[in-house]
Amino acid sequence: MITMKDVHKTYANGVTALNGVNINIDQGEFVYVVGPSGAGKSTFIRLIYREVKPTDGSIVVNDTDLSTLKERKVPFLRRDVGVVFQDFKLLPKLSVYENIAFALEVIEESPRNIRTRVMDVLELVGLKNKARFIPDELSGGEQQRVSIARAIVNQPKIVIADEPTGNLDPETSWEIMRIFEEVNAKGTTLIMATHSKEIVNTVKKRVIAVEDGLIVRDEHRGEYGYEA
Amino acid sequence: MTIASVAAVTTTLLLVAAFLALMLNLNHMAGGLEEDVEIEALIDVTANEEEINEIGSTIKEMDEAASVKFNSKDEQLEGLIDDMGEEGSTWQMFEQDNPLSHAYIVKAKTPSNTSGLAEQINNLDNIQEVNYGRDVIQQLFQFNDYARNIGLVLIAALVFTAIFLISNTIKLTIMARSREIGIMKLVGATNGFIRWPFFIEGALHGILGSIIPIAAVMSGYHYLVNNLGAQITYSFVELLPFNPFAWQLSLLILLIGTLIGVWGSVMSVRKFLKV
Repeated sequence: MITMKDVHKTYANGVTALNGVNINIDQGEFVYVVGPSGAGKSTFIRLIYREVKPTDGSIVVNDTDLSTLKERKVPFLRRDVGVVFQDFKLLPKLSVYENIAFALEVIEESPRNIRTRVMDVLELVGLKNKARFIPDELSGGEQQRVSIARAIVNQPKIVIADEPTGNLDPETSWEIMRIFEEVNAKGTTLIMATHSKEIVNTVKKRVIAVEDGLIVRDEHRGEYGYEA
Repeated sequence: MTIASVAAVTTTLLLVAAFLALMLNLNHMAGGLEEDVEIEALIDVTANEEEINEIGSTIKEMDEAASVKFNSKDEQLEGLIDDMGEEGSTWQMFEQDNPLSHAYIVKAKTPSNTSGLAEQINNLDNIQEVNYGRDVIQQLFQFNDYARNIGLVLIAALVFTAIFLISNTIKLTIMARSREIGIMKLVGATNGFIRWPFFIEGALHGILGSIIPIAAVMSGYHYLVNNLGAQITYSFVELLPFNPFAWQLSLLILLIGTLIGVWGSVMSVRKFLKV
């Protein structure tokens, strides 16, 4: 599903973020990516949806070799990879419904499908009654649920979350985790970068630890392993 | 900013329109003049009738000669008197003792070969002088060339400015919508999908900018044809008719305006989509 072989990434400013990463993630797995700030977690995550290109090495996502992927084909890769961010990245002037529908509009889905699909994911994240609200009228947890709904609305094979609970209080974080587990239970691969010791140690999943641009630990049902 | 870029397009197109109208009319006139060019071959006064006839038949045999007409010196004088109008009457005193020469009036089959034909005729015996409207035509063409070069430089500079202003305006719109574009890219929008609203915005600037120039072409050229055109009585100086010329010019202006607008938007969007 996701395979990286000897992946290196050095940015234009000379900073080396990844220094020979090898990993294999199967369809349907739930993976935490942990490690200190600046260790290369974000780069690792961004490589998967081709926001950054590796300097060296090969990455295969959904049977697509990203090193030979043409620029104009990148949008089609991204339709199979939903992304959730710490800062939600919602459009402030659009309603909850419109924010989610937006993801389907840009891939030119038919209006009839858009309506049913959006209502389905709103049901899943428990925000059906707030479809007409704008993001500012929602709590942080609710906004993150909207962004998750947007990430999964076109039924991607992979969902990537870059510190999705970073801005949320613990209680809200559990709600987000419940949704992620539900998404994962339907067969979607879930990759989540996090700093939350509680989450990693409570909801036990595979843990990949990145330090100094290398994977230093990869265990199933692993521990967070750092002091929070 | 929007007003600035639309104004830039307007100014550019006004100049393009004026320039094109001038150029195309000049070309039209020059073409007409060229069609009318006749060679006047003056015959030596010493030539006798036999020699004159020989010249005539030699010219007729030339490949390029379309028509050959003999003008006696009396006919030449009459023509001169006619051409001079009022002042022509003073020439009437020469009717008794005509100082002019007999001449052959020759027309070339293809106007552009006129000078070659004139040269050929000039080389014949007993030809005193060969005249044709060379100087007038060449001056006209030269003026045409100057006007075109100056106009092209001016227009290129203006088009560049207009494109630059439009691309800047659209850059501002893109900046304002950069968050939206970023999200679009994340959820898998193709570049084409992201681009088309900006294309339309650019094209709209161009179209808005061409409204005033088109109005100016329509009313200005109408005025020109009805007033100036009526005053010009020389048969060879003729303005292109309003219909279809003004319509064609307007369409061209609209096309150029839209193109400038689209080009401006392409320039600014292209940079932005490289993520």
